[in-house]
Formats: sequence, C-alpha cells, structure tokens
Amino acid sequence: MSEPINRCPIQLTENGQLRHFLTTEGLPKELLTEILDTADSFVDMSAQQVKKVPLLRGKTVVNLFFEASTRTLSTFELAAKRLSADVLNLNISTSSTKKGETLKDTLMTMRAMHSDMFVVRHSDSGAAHFIAEQVTPDVAVINAGDGRHAHPTQAMLDMLTIRRHKGQFEGLKVAIVGDILHSRVARSQIHALRILGAEEIRVIAPQTLLPRHIESLGARVYTDMNSGLRDVDVVMMLRLQKERMDSALLPSESEFYKLYGLTRDKLAFAKPDAIVMHPGPINRGVEIESAVADGERSVILDQVTNGIAVRMAVMSMAMSGQLAEKNRAQPDIDNLNL
Amino acid sequence: MNILIRGGRLIDPAQQLDQIGNLYIRGEEILAIDEVPEGFEAEEVIEAEGLVVCPGFIDLCAHVREPGYTQKGNIASETAAAAAGGITTLVTPPTTKPVVDTPAVAELIQDRAAEQGLARVLPMGALTQGLAGEQLAPMHALASSGCIAFTNTRKPVASTLVLLRALEYAATHDLLVIFQAQDQSLSVNGCMHEGATSTRLGLNGISEAAETIEVSRCLMLVEQTGVRAHFGQLSCERSVRLIEAARERGLNVTADVSIQNLLLIDESVSGFDADYHLLPPLRGQLDRAGLRQGLVTDTLQAICSDHQPHEAIAKQAPFAATEPGMSNLETLLSLSLQLVEEQLLELPQVVEKLTLGPARILGLDDGTLEVGTQADICIFDPNEEWRLEPAQMRSGGRNTPFAGKTLKGRVQITLLGGEIVFRR
Repeated sequence: MSEPINRCPIQLTENGQLRHFLTTEGLPKELLTEILDTADSFVDMSAQQVKKVPLLRGKTVVNLFFEASTRTLSTFELAAKRLSADVLNLNISTSSTKKGETLKDTLMTMRAMHSDMFVVRHSDSGAAHFIAEQVTPDVAVINAGDGRHAHPTQAMLDMLTIRRHKGQFEGLKVAIVGDILHSRVARSQIHALRILGAEEIRVIAPQTLLPRHIESLGARVYTDMNSGLRDVDVVMMLRLQKERMDSALLPSESEFYKLYGLTRDKLAFAKPDAIVMHPGPINRGVEIESAVADGERSVILDQVTNGIAVRMAVMSMAMSGQLAEKNRAQPDIDNLNL
Repeated sequence: MNILIRGGRLIDPAQQLDQIGNLYIRGEEILAIDEVPEGFEAEEVIEAEGLVVCPGFIDLCAHVREPGYTQKGNIASETAAAAAGGITTLVTPPTTKPVVDTPAVAELIQDRAAEQGLARVLPMGALTQGLAGEQLAPMHALASSGCIAFTNTRKPVASTLVLLRALEYAATHDLLVIFQAQDQSLSVNGCMHEGATSTRLGLNGISEAAETIEVSRCLMLVEQTGVRAHFGQLSCERSVRLIEAARERGLNVTADVSIQNLLLIDESVSGFDADYHLLPPLRGQLDRAGLRQGLVTDTLQAICSDHQPHEAIAKQAPFAATEPGMSNLETLLSLSLQLVEEQLLELPQVVEKLTLGPARILGLDDGTLEVGTQADICIFDPNEEWRLEPAQMRSGGRNTPFAGKTLKGRVQITLLGGEIVFRR
C-alpha cells in the first residue's frame, strides 16, 4: 500500500513537530513511535511514589467537553495534573452551541483567558479541526473525540497496549469488531495500525454497522465473526450504543450478541495468545461475555492505565511544538515573558 | 439609446451564429446585426474587438434571500452580482421567509428587482402551501403574478398522493414544475456525498439513492400526468441516465446541472473546508463524468449557478453545522469556460447551456440576439485571467471554494433591455 499522505498539515509545525493532535491519519510512523516511546516512560513513572513531573508547570489546560464523558475527561484531567498543569473542566451542552456562532465565541473567550491547551470533545466530525483553525497559533488542541471522525488518544493508548503485549506491530493481524459505522475509535485505530505496520486489519460487523467503502481505509471486511477472528493476534471490541436498535440498524441486543458478541467459543478461533481489548465502558452480554472481559487474555484495565500515560505524552509533545511555533510567530512578546 | 457594439465575436446559438460583426441596439431592442440600419446614429459605441458578444445568461437557480434572509443577501446585492456575472435573468426558488406561496410575495420580489433594474428576477412558486407538502399552493394565482415555475425545493412532498394531485393541477394549467430531487429519509443529517471520503471523515453521507429514488418517483408521476417537468441540479450519473431513458421513451422532461458539480468532487472536502459544503453534495468522480457526458448528449440542457449566498458566520462552525451552498453568480461564466478549456464543449455550446438552453426550458423567447428581441447582452473577454477576491464580490455571500483562485474569462459589460447595467 502506498505511503499515506499527510492529510492534516495543521497538526504539525514546519519542522514536523506535533502542535495539535487531531487525528492519527497521515502522521509519520516516527511520530507515532515517539508518542509510544514517551508514553512508555510515563507508564513506568506513574507506578512510582511521586507521580508528578513539571513539564506543563504554569500552563493552563482547559478540558472543553461539548459531549458528555466521565472516563476520557478524568484521564485527561489526571494526565494534565501529573504534568503539573492548571486544569479547568468545562462541560458545555452541545444544544446551546449548535449554531457555531456560540462555539466560536466560547473559543475566543477561552483563548482570551490565555489558555495554553484545549482538550476538546464534540459531537460533530471535524469539530477539533475547526477549533484548531480558530485558535492557532495561541493554543494547542488535543482531540478527545469528534463525532464519528477521530479519537486519536484512544487509538494511541490501544497501540501502546498492543506494543507492550506483543512487542511490535509487524506481522500482527488485528480484528476490530462491532459498530464500525459510528465509531471514531475504529477509524483512528485503523489509521494508526496501518502507519505502524500491522500486517492485516480486519473489521467485523453486519452491513448496517459498516460505513460505505471502509476498505478504502485499508481494512479487510468480514461479516462473519468466526472467519474474521481466525488467527488474529489482537481482538478490539467496540461499544454498542443502545439507541442503535431504535434506528433500525439491528433487530435486538441478543441477536447482536449471538452473532458478534465475543464469547469464549468465538475467541477460540483467534490465536491462542490473542489479547482482547475494549475502549470501555463495557456492555457485558452485549458485546462481550463476562468470562472473556475478566479473563486472562483481557487487557482492558491495562488500556486504562496506558491511557493516562499516552495523554501525558501527547500533551507534553503538543505543548512543546506549540511553544516553538508561537515563538516563531510572536518572538517579541515571548521575549518579554522571559 | 442607440448603441453600437463593434467588432466583437457574436455568438448566438439560437441563430447558429458565430462570427465577428457589429450589433446595433435601439431602445430596448436589438435592431440589426452587421447591416447598418438606415439612419442609425450611435450614441454610444462599445469596442468589442477580442471580446465575445452573446445573449445575457439565464440562471435557473439562484437564491436572492429576500424576503426573510437578508443577512445573507438581498435583491439589490444579488442582482448587482448577477449583472457583474453577465446574468440578465435569474430564477429564484421559493425558499424565502415567508415562502412564495402567495401572490404578494411573488410580486414583492419582482417589484424590488424592477426597482433595482439590474436583472430580471423570476420567482418560482411553492408547489404546496408553506412547502409543507400537505395542501396545494394557489398555483394559478401565483402564475398570474409572475411565477415562472413551481417547486417544492429540496423538501420532497412526502405523500405521493399529494404530489400526484399537485402535478395534475399544474398540468391542468400547463404550468412548469421543477424538481430538486432528494429523498427525505435517505438524506436526513447528511452533509456530503456518501462514499470513501465521508467514511474517512466520519461525516453523515447523502447516498446517491437519495436522488435517484426521488427522480424515479417523480418521473413515474410526470409520465402519468403529462405535466411539463424539469429536474434541477442533478448530481448523480444514474440520475442522468434516468432522465435520458425517460426522454428516449418520449417524455418531454428537461434537466440542468450546477457548474460546481461539473468541476468538483467529494474528495475536495478532505480538510473539513466548509466552503465545499454544498447541496446537492459534490459527488464522486464517476458522477462528475456522467454529468459531463449528459451535458454533451444534451440530456442536460442547461448549466446553472445554484447560487446560495451566506453570511460569514454561517460557514464558521464544524462542517456538518455549517450551512450548505456557494455564492456563484459572479463566477458562473468563468467556471463554465473551464469546460471549454478542458475541451468538453466548444465555446458556443457553453453559451447555449447558459442562454438558449435555459430559455427553452422555461418556455421563454429570450436567450438570443435575434433582431427584435430585448437587448439582454453579455460581453466578455474569454481570455482574461483574474484572481477571485472575496472582498470584491458584490453578492452578500462571499462563500466560495474558488476564493483566491485564478479564473479565466471575465464579463466586461452587461446590457439589460438595452441599458448598460454593468461595466468593469
């Protein structure tokens, strides 16, 4: 497959440093590897007595969440605090910002408060790009999930978990199972796995939960669980939202579980040492059998631990790229600050 | 006033005219071509050497936003933009506020346009009251008040029975019905073509079937009722084939396409650039090829601007939350000439798609330079290269994906009924 072109130049500085983290798509392999290496060092540090480093001391990180979240928000908050940043959490309901005008106003207001970094989650695909365009070069933007488009830190924590268990990506067969259609996680995972050199990426779902031309992203499509799981090294489950039944995408949860739920029987088709992942929160008995979720091949809790480390890595890297860029843009002002 | 347009390349597809010559205008009418009329004394001479002189363009779909949405544009600003784009007649959809479902609104639009005197504005009337798809709009009264055609815009009439009756009623009075085909349930929340790019960006798609299913439904009812029907702004290759097949069956239906759908494809959206958020959406490569083929085979008889001006803030939001459409009156000609550059059509053919083609669809005698017709004329330089600067646009909407791009071919002078309404 051809080298992925960088479709999102806005997230890199002229020197190729990360300045925003909006999507895994189109990033160079070296950069993703740098994120993983940096995160690896934070994983080890987090296990120590003193968990803080001063990398973001004196910086203000604003978690701008236009869509409800507890686990992503809390891991970002923890990550920022372990980097010694000042953190402000803002939960803003999307309905009041539907017109874009208020979204822009919110951004301008937060920027005027001299925030250094926005961690943003929004129900519209492309929202993180829009926000980055509005606040560059003053603020670094980390995408914590935009619509169905991207959730790059989730994908990178998954990559870290895979690397820590499997050592490398070369030769790996990875299956992503469930609601691909609505999943920003799946899209970011596919891009990251391709860039990092996984041998084969499969998506497994009924046609109603597969977006058109998903194969164009570099994934092989399976609609049958048993053949899709055959000989894979990694099984990545996705969360199924309850409302999918209402929109006629599936007949029932029980039918979905019967066909696509990860049970011990189905997992037997994967390699004997295959690991099982899930971004959480888990619907036991819908996407996954409890015995599998809690079983020895499950690495679901490792994902949570790695999530904090990856977010620390991305935040510290984006902040240094952003500072370098800002210095270039406004050298005089920054000299005064020194 | 007596005007002589001297030495231009006269192109008039209605007379199969393409020659260097002189054009004489007296008062509101074209007086003569080439032969000096007896006793003619020009009060103004326009030197047109190296320029093309052709009928003023007739645009089948341009939103003027008045009444109701004047933050986006108004009749004064949009007719000024039309004049600068060589467009002398524009047909405007009933999606105003209030919608054009009463004679008062239809008359207001025409009165305001007449006050400005920069372009002829022909309103389309609503097919159903409030475009709600439930009760018939007073089509006969609206037609008497100047509505040139009737449409339910992109709000398809949900009940096929209501649609059937609307078409029967229109057929009774020999009124033209225009379809902007889009199935409701297949396009809900959609903001771009459903394909590889929408999948990659995680944007809700509008499938090709959203258009073809509605085109098919409408064609069946057109066949049954015999109503005069036109399909506006087709975007899919399969829609073109449906129209082609219907015409081969002997059905007298016509269709047009917007220039943007002839030039751009869905991949342009890749950076979430809201200027590419259009409706109908930019489709895939095969669709664009099919539309171009439809133009060549004359299945599509007209090119329109599908002008949808917006205030700046309407495009400043995440992609799906922005409003669709581009401001296009001032670029219709330059963009259409791109088809000549790419050797799809000859220059006279492009002129035909902008003049005679739309005139025939509407049943108008305009769109020609024939002696005795009203002197609606566009004079343009086919070779001038210019950069599109949004700040210099006359339209209330500066929303265009061609901002900052270099375009070729530019309108120099526009005449409306013998009056110079635009001069660069």
